[in-house]
This record gives sequence, C-alpha cells and structure tokens, in this order.
Amino acid sequence: MIYERRTKDQLAARVARDIPDGAVVNLGIGQPTLVANHIASSREVLLHSENGMLGMGPAPHSGEEDYDLINAGKQPVTLLPGGSYFAHADSFAMIRGRHIDICVLGAFQVSVTGDLANWHAGDTNAIPAVGGAMDLAVGAKQTWVMMDLLTRQGNSKVVPVCTYPLTGVSCVKRIYSDLATLECTPGGLRLVDLVDGLTHAELERLVGLPVMPPPRSPAGP
Amino acid sequence: MLNKVAASVGDALAGVEDAATVMIGGFGTAGIPVELIEGLIAQGARDLTVVNNNAGNGDTGLAALLAAGRVRKIVCSFPRQADSHVFDDLYRSGRIELELVPQGTLAERIRAAGAGIGAFYTPTGHGTELAKGKETRLIDGRQYVLEYPIHGDLALIKAERGDRWGNLTYRKTARNFGPVMAMACRRTVASVHEIVDLGGLDPEAIVTPAIFVSQIVKVERRATQAGGFKQ
Repeated sequence: MIYERRTKDQLAARVARDIPDGAVVNLGIGQPTLVANHIASSREVLLHSENGMLGMGPAPHSGEEDYDLINAGKQPVTLLPGGSYFAHADSFAMIRGRHIDICVLGAFQVSVTGDLANWHAGDTNAIPAVGGAMDLAVGAKQTWVMMDLLTRQGNSKVVPVCTYPLTGVSCVKRIYSDLATLECTPGGLRLVDLVDGLTHAELERLVGLPVMPPPRSPAGP
Repeated sequence: MLNKVAASVGDALAGVEDAATVMIGGFGTAGIPVELIEGLIAQGARDLTVVNNNAGNGDTGLAALLAAGRVRKIVCSFPRQADSHVFDDLYRSGRIELELVPQGTLAERIRAAGAGIGAFYTPTGHGTELAKGKETRLIDGRQYVLEYPIHGDLALIKAERGDRWGNLTYRKTARNFGPVMAMACRRTVASVHEIVDLGGLDPEAIVTPAIFVSQIVKVERRATQAGGFKQ
C-alpha cells in the first residue's frame, strides 16, 4: 500500500482537532507551538506559557515585538484580552497542581507504557538542559507527545523501554506522529488512527511492537 | 524615614562578599537585571554561586560575569542555548560547577526558602537522573522526590516601578523569578525604571511587597535585543 506521512502542519492540525473548547493547554517548544495555528476559531483555548502567562496570543506583527513579552521558547508573543501574567512559582503551581488540561511535548523516545525521554539524547559530552519538561510531563492532566514515529535511520521512537535518560515515568497518554496516533496504556500501545494507506500490520512492523486495535467506540473525536 | 532608594547601582551593591550565593532574575530577554549584573562585576565579589534559569547569553550580563571568572557554581534549569558559549567553554574545561534543576523545582525551592519551608515533596523528576540519590516517598499512590530550599545571600532582580519602601510592580513576562527570588535572599536589590511616591502604586496591584526588598535603584530602560521595548 502507498501511504504518505502527515506534514508538520497536518500533524499539528491532527493534534488541534482533539483539543476541546475551553481547555487550558501548554504547547512545548518547537513543533508543538504549531498546534496553536490550527485550533478552530469555534473553540476558545487558553494557552499557558510556563514563563508566566495565561491567555497567550499569536506572534506580534514585525516591528511590534516587545522583549518583555515572550513565550517559553523565548520568542516574542502577544497577550489576548483577558490574559494574565504571574511569577514562576505560580506558573509551575498551575502545572504541578494539575490545573493544565493538556500539555503537548516533543520527544526523543516514548515507551509503550508512556515513559518519556525528551531532554537528553544520552551523549555524555553534551551540556545537559532540562527546563520545564519534567514538571510539564508529570504535572499536566494529560501529556501528549508530537513527533515523527521513526528516526532518520528508520528506528522506532516508540520503544519497549527508553534508552535515553527519562523525563518522566508513565506520563504520556497519547503519541501523535506523522504516521499514526497511539495511546500508551499500562497494557501497551493502542491504536487511535493511521494515515490513509498504512495498515495496522505495517504499523506494527515499523515500530516492531504489538499495537492493540482501537476500542469499538474510538477514543478520538 | 524608611528610604530604600539607592543613589547608584554601586551604592546598592556595596559589600557583597566573596563566596556569596547570588540569585539573578530573568528568563530569556525578559527581566534580566543587566545593570545590576554589571554592577556586581564592577564590585568585584568572586567565588560566587549563581542561581538563574539559564547560564548566560552572548557576552553580556550573566555571561560577562562568568567570563570575568567570578562564578564557582551555577544552579539553573537550562544552561544550553544557541549563544551560551561562555558557559559552554567553562563547563567543558571543568572551570564551573553545574547543578541542573527542573525549572518548576527551581522556582519552588527558591519559594520554599522565602517561605520558611524546610523541604518539600514534588512529583517532578521522580524516576529520572535528576532525582538520583534523593529521598522519595509514596503519597496517596504517587511517587514524590524530596527537595530542599535554596537560600540566597543576595537577589538581583529587575522590576518596573517601585517606591521608597521597596514595593514593586513588574512588566509582562519580565516578572518571572523576581517575586520568589526577592523572598529567598537575605538582601534583595531591585532595579526599576520608575520610582513613584508612596501611594503611587495601587496597593491591590503591588506584586512584591516592601518587606522582601532591601534596596531599589533606578536605571534607564534599555533594549536587550534589536526591536527594544514598547512603552
């Protein structure tokens, strides 16, 4: 069968489709920030940025950047009417205290039971940096990962056990990838959806792991 | 009369001792007290432990303090940046110690110091390398890691407005670590862009009450990056 990978924008749109009206969402640095561009105008979603803002708006027009108003990725942003600023301890209380509905993070590896590795690729020579990833991974009500399913070498990034240093244990609920959407459960991976043309069997071959079929009433809207 | 307004950055930073733990506010381009860091470089204290979210950018501010060889140890969550070459060189050549702390744990350890908390259990980091060797506890079916407060000798923070009692307001996301660092240190120096009369700050909107501030000093607003600040 012939299948095509979701583009980064298609993947962002797929994630956005599952974010309900009224949700408080933290989008991680990098690819997850694209999700904001795809949230339907019929849904009002409150974006949280861990450096201290709720109700984050889009990037400012060129020339209107304010370097006192940046997101966690240190890019200039805007604040929507109704938005608020707060200090770091309050911001991470929102995260750790289970007040954030969904956080979307990138990943190097995710285990079948939802262990996440996204802060350190294991190179002992690298300078380590973790930021807010460990707080977000275990603090949000739901942690979703957005990533390519395979490395450039064709190895699955969904693994039985993470070999890279962990960010959090059993914290990922869903994996949105360029080829399939998967759920991590205590019993292993469960399929949510596949790109057109990709079969369940081919997906299992690519990740090298068993994937349970979706439940009869699909988990995704 | 209670007057915490210092005449100059140099006056505000007199007497900082060697081996002090210095907390420095700021996240990205927002809230870095550049003038105070320059004042600390001029003041000359060395063998410092610095607490900041990052480990310096480019060649100015914290990076300049590192380059001047004044810092023995840095406690931060995200040292590696595209332009953190000063830190990178010191770290790779073993000339600076790094304590890497998850960002929320960093904020809470600072808050705990200011709030008189002896230690706290957090779920963050459990089962990871950053919790290695730390006490853990199962509470209500969830695993937590014991974390201790970080106390400071001196906080350098950037606020927007202040009055002579030391009340402060901040501007947008430049608030970041300012309020907790002000609580956690024996001495807190805040730079402000405007000093107002007592009563000039709305008491409902004061973010850092005077009790947490030792001195304030007025500095001119300046851009930290092309594009600058909008008033």
